[in-house]
Amino acid sequence: MDLYTRRLLVNRINLILSLLAMAFGLFWLGWILVVLFGHGFAGLSMALFTQTTPPPGSIGGLANAIFGSLLMATIGTLIGTPVGIMAGIHLAEYGNHGWLAPATRFVSDILLSAPSIVIGLFIYSALVLQMGHFSGWAGTLALSLIVIPVVTRTTENMLRLVPDTLREAAAALGAPHWKVITMVTVRAAKAGIITGILLAVARISGETAPLLFTSLNNQFWSMDMNAPMANLPVVIFQFAMSPYENWQQLAWAGALLITLSVLLLNILARVFFRNTTPLH
Amino acid sequence: MSAVLQTALPQTGSKPTTRTKIKVNDLNFYYGSFHALKHVNLEIPEGKVTAFIGPSGCGKSTLLRTFNRIYTLYPHQGARGEILIDGENVLSPKQDVNRLRAKVGMVFQKPTPFPMSIFDNIAFGVNLYESLSGRAMEERVEWALRKAALWEEVRDKLRQSGMSLSGGQQQRLCIARGIAVKPEILLLDEPASALDPISTARIEELVQELKNDYTIVIVTHNMQQAARVSDFTAYMYLGELMEFGVTDEIFIKPKRKETEDYITGRFG
Repeated sequence: MDLYTRRLLVNRINLILSLLAMAFGLFWLGWILVVLFGHGFAGLSMALFTQTTPPPGSIGGLANAIFGSLLMATIGTLIGTPVGIMAGIHLAEYGNHGWLAPATRFVSDILLSAPSIVIGLFIYSALVLQMGHFSGWAGTLALSLIVIPVVTRTTENMLRLVPDTLREAAAALGAPHWKVITMVTVRAAKAGIITGILLAVARISGETAPLLFTSLNNQFWSMDMNAPMANLPVVIFQFAMSPYENWQQLAWAGALLITLSVLLLNILARVFFRNTTPLH
Repeated sequence: MSAVLQTALPQTGSKPTTRTKIKVNDLNFYYGSFHALKHVNLEIPEGKVTAFIGPSGCGKSTLLRTFNRIYTLYPHQGARGEILIDGENVLSPKQDVNRLRAKVGMVFQKPTPFPMSIFDNIAFGVNLYESLSGRAMEERVEWALRKAALWEEVRDKLRQSGMSLSGGQQQRLCIARGIAVKPEILLLDEPASALDPISTARIEELVQELKNDYTIVIVTHNMQQAARVSDFTAYMYLGELMEFGVTDEIFIKPKRKETEDYITGRFG
């Protein structure tokens, strides 16, 4: 067999292997979505958004859980994002020498890959035990701790993609370092940073473990952040494990709702990144 | 004009009789432990175009980057010696770098428009030093764009992103941005090497027009370009200044064999 036919053959084999790997991944993903839609679609109704979680055997919705999830995810993002962005700026713009930045990067990466239940347990012992009860604030704080390393990492990575020539050009005009960062480099990396934030939001909207030990759940409509607060992941967890059929149905509907919103966030992140990435 | 310039030179070429704008005294530069510039002595005349030529890695960009101390952005880079601009040593620790850079503008090899509108690209630098009213800022932006020969092409799209322009236009935007803060010296680091021939010709014309108002120092790989645009030429090799003098002399009858070899294309 000559060199050319052999290369052609190797190429074809590799192509087939890659396609098989892709098909394997897509197959399970597709199955999950099919099951989710099959079970969850029937549960989608207006009542889902207007009524609170019902006692076993009666009719209700997920309004309190949807509200709680939205509230905690929003405030968690609002707390975690500025911290993450500023930490990312430090790592990318000031962290080229010294020991502080490498140490911070290392700890942040550990936090990024730590199981989220560890964060839940940490807030439980640090906050819930001290306060004596579960609360929306505890849940929010746990979520913000998950947001911070995600945003830190993407911010640093995106800032590192900004060419040094742009920093030099701004400095050569006589701009002080902080102005170079806020007016030029962060602007150049804006699309990537926002994408990172959207992905962090997608990540926390499905987290169950950190909320189980912090905000727990609330059967009733509550806007009190100092009291236990309902949220979709924990409601799904409890309802899905229950023997009651109406609860199981609501769990499926809730799971579908989370999946759809995460899907939407991911699509938004992609569209946003594609439309605003400047060409260098 | 050229008769005035031709006088005897102490080192190798002829010394200019116009006022000296930048005087380099025994300058050494280090990248970590690498000795990149070796005992450079040079006098750059005011209101003229001075070109730095030489093979890659000879230190011509390094020398240019000491004049506005842009190298201080990076740790492990350091200069020793003196650079006197209008008689003041800018390498002194007392020198405020931002004030120095207001006086010494720089344009880089690759166009570097900031991620903002064309108008804001120019207003950015101006806002660092002056607080102009809206009207005055508009006038300044127009003045700078006219000087950089870009006004006619962008007058109707000042609010568009600077990134939307072509490479040659972006480079003229960068020149306009540098001029807008009213510096006295313009450093051009291979400003046309990433551009097509037509854009290059426009940049060269621009350099000719700007030299009436600014002292210009240009680093170039392109010897024809050095011959076309500059009044004085410095030939550098392996971190040393080999020869400095009136461009015509350097190109027609260089004093040193090495210079002649490089210029005639025998190496480099």
